[in-house]
Amino acid sequence: MINKNSKTILDVRELHANIHGTEILKGINLTVRSGEIHAIMGLNGSGKSTLAKVLAGHSDYEVTGGSVKLDDQDILELVPEERARAGVFLAFQYPIEIPGVANSQFLRLAYNTVQSQRGKEELDPLEFDDFVREKMKLLEMNPDFLDRSVNEGFSGGEKKRNEILQMALLEPKLSILDETDSGLDIDALKIVANGVNQITNENNATILVTHYQRLLDYIVPDYVHVMEAGRIIKTGGKELALQLETHGYDWVSSGNQTNAGVTT
Amino acid sequence: MSAALQNLVNQPYKHGFVTNIESDVAPKGLNEDIIRLISSKKNEPEWLLEFRLNAYQKWLTMSEPDWQNVHYPKIDFQAISYYSAPKPKKKLASMDEVDPELLRTFEKLGVPMHERAALAGVAVDVIFDSVSVTTTYKEKLAEVGIIFCSISEAVHEHPELVKKYLGSVIPVGDNFFAALNSAVFTDGSFCFIPKGVKCPMDLSTYFRINTEGSGQFERTLVIAEEGATVSYLEGCTAPQFDTNQLHAAVVELIALDNADIKYSTVQNWYAGDENGVGGIFNFVTKRGLAKGVNSRISWTQVETGSAITWKYPSCILRGDNSVGEFYSVAVTNHHQQADTGTKMIHLGKNTRSTIVSKGISAGKSNSSYRGLVRVAPTADGARNYSQCDSMLIGDQCGAHTFPYIQVRNNSAQVEHEASTSKIGEDQLFYFAQRGIDAEEAVSMIINGFCKDVFQQLPMEFAVEATKLLSFKLEGSVG
Repeated sequence: MINKNSKTILDVRELHANIHGTEILKGINLTVRSGEIHAIMGLNGSGKSTLAKVLAGHSDYEVTGGSVKLDDQDILELVPEERARAGVFLAFQYPIEIPGVANSQFLRLAYNTVQSQRGKEELDPLEFDDFVREKMKLLEMNPDFLDRSVNEGFSGGEKKRNEILQMALLEPKLSILDETDSGLDIDALKIVANGVNQITNENNATILVTHYQRLLDYIVPDYVHVMEAGRIIKTGGKELALQLETHGYDWVSSGNQTNAGVTT
Repeated sequence: MSAALQNLVNQPYKHGFVTNIESDVAPKGLNEDIIRLISSKKNEPEWLLEFRLNAYQKWLTMSEPDWQNVHYPKIDFQAISYYSAPKPKKKLASMDEVDPELLRTFEKLGVPMHERAALAGVAVDVIFDSVSVTTTYKEKLAEVGIIFCSISEAVHEHPELVKKYLGSVIPVGDNFFAALNSAVFTDGSFCFIPKGVKCPMDLSTYFRINTEGSGQFERTLVIAEEGATVSYLEGCTAPQFDTNQLHAAVVELIALDNADIKYSTVQNWYAGDENGVGGIFNFVTKRGLAKGVNSRISWTQVETGSAITWKYPSCILRGDNSVGEFYSVAVTNHHQQADTGTKMIHLGKNTRSTIVSKGISAGKSNSSYRGLVRVAPTADGARNYSQCDSMLIGDQCGAHTFPYIQVRNNSAQVEHEASTSKIGEDQLFYFAQRGIDAEEAVSMIINGFCKDVFQQLPMEFAVEATKLLSFKLEGSVG
């Protein structure tokens, strides 16, 4: 929901970033206030997943210019775990498998780490078990997931649900959902979207990185940004996503005006 | 490799300190006179001196093995002192009289022996450089007929048992290092569980190498008679030295009909500094004979120390329906080298063996699993299951697997599974994104990886092992 008076959670100014010397982000400006849902759309290679990883602090990327503030705190100086503890959450496009580590154990460690950072009480395994089972209901997850190794042997949909479960547990200020809809059938998509909708509120903010309009039917964005070649080239309301669906990315592409072509 | 990981891998050895206790050290070198000196210092009977001299003669004809996948400078066996005994200030009547310096050493190790004994109900046969200083809980064990003492004591108190079993599983000429041990062993532990007795507590020996440059030749003999069961724990730490220390222990286990021996080791000897200087050479021969029907020998080891580890705790499954097990975690870091594994020799009918080996390599280290499963023509219905998993941390280490399978009986079933995995930046980033730093992440991944083996350890050992691995590997991911 848009409320111009609500406070700014994320403020990105002229953000530039490289990977292996190649510039991917070429001056991103983005302001996200509490209570808002932003969708970032664009073709493969436009830099939207890079933006997600750079915000989370992935070490493969080098920030060469600009600033990123979370609640007025410059987070570019923070290592990834500090950003996570400060309230940045990234739901991964490809959640990694961690064989041998029980999901319950992993979830509890993550939860308690963030809790202790916030000066709140940590939960012992029994308390946590009750707590996590409640949260799992949000995502219609089978409690069996707790005993399995983190993401190991999970289907695409199970992995994505497990990501949103972590979002529900950690209660981040800013959630970045990187292609959370990819690989989901329509039923799973509805469940995941429903989970996200129950987690979002006026005190947090969400960025949805996605290719397709489809997800936005279920999680309705307040703003839609279109990325191309490392920049946000157009920003609009939720209707922009529908227009993109109808007309394709060429419709907004700067390439149409400059003849530079669309990045792929 | 990221900086955090570098730091984790580069933690100094936590147990590096030298205790100042006067030692009675034999002149360096090995010859018949030295062996006679050891034997007379220990006031040994003639048959044991002959055992030693026989071993020495065999050793002279043997050459140091070089087939293992480890590299080290040649050992000068004449530059080693083969006997070193702490000089007690007076005769010890109780624990209170134990050298306080020695007690402090144990406290530094985090294992106050009295507490360990009292709280955990563990009988500790303390080995301090070669000579047993004190043995606790002996009387309590004696009530049920269990003998748990130093092997020197057993030689005097129970010569018939020692004479019968010493060298019966590992003959004096078995291999170069076993022959050396048989010639010069100074002390070790002896454990005898009589017929039908289930040992009421875990038996534990704390080894500690203390005199710089002294060789350490422990000798352990565990016998479980018909229907007896015992769980034996062995743990080691050592102080930080520059010169390499040779450790060539021999451990023999004998299980008669329906007997069950579980032998667990947590080993954390000094591995050398981060450049690979110093550290213990650990060349150990361990073998269990499942002699009787339905007997079981189970080895569990967590190997984290030593500059070089070379050991293959093995089982000879002679009794019909006997069972052999080997559960191992071997961790190498910096320049450590480990060539370890097991041998399962199936002789009896319906014998079964299980091998679970987890190798973790970090830094510039190299870890090899080497295992032999042999099924003799007599071993109808023998079964083996082997699982060898390797984990690499960083990109400068190595993991190798050398499984040897020799089957001479058509009814045998032998399975071997192997895997190699890597702790990658992506896994660490995933943890970090959930607020978990690299140190905790590595510890969690490693403990998950080793779970199958840790489950086999007695409770308190499992806790120790988990901690040990955490500080061995903290931050070693790249």
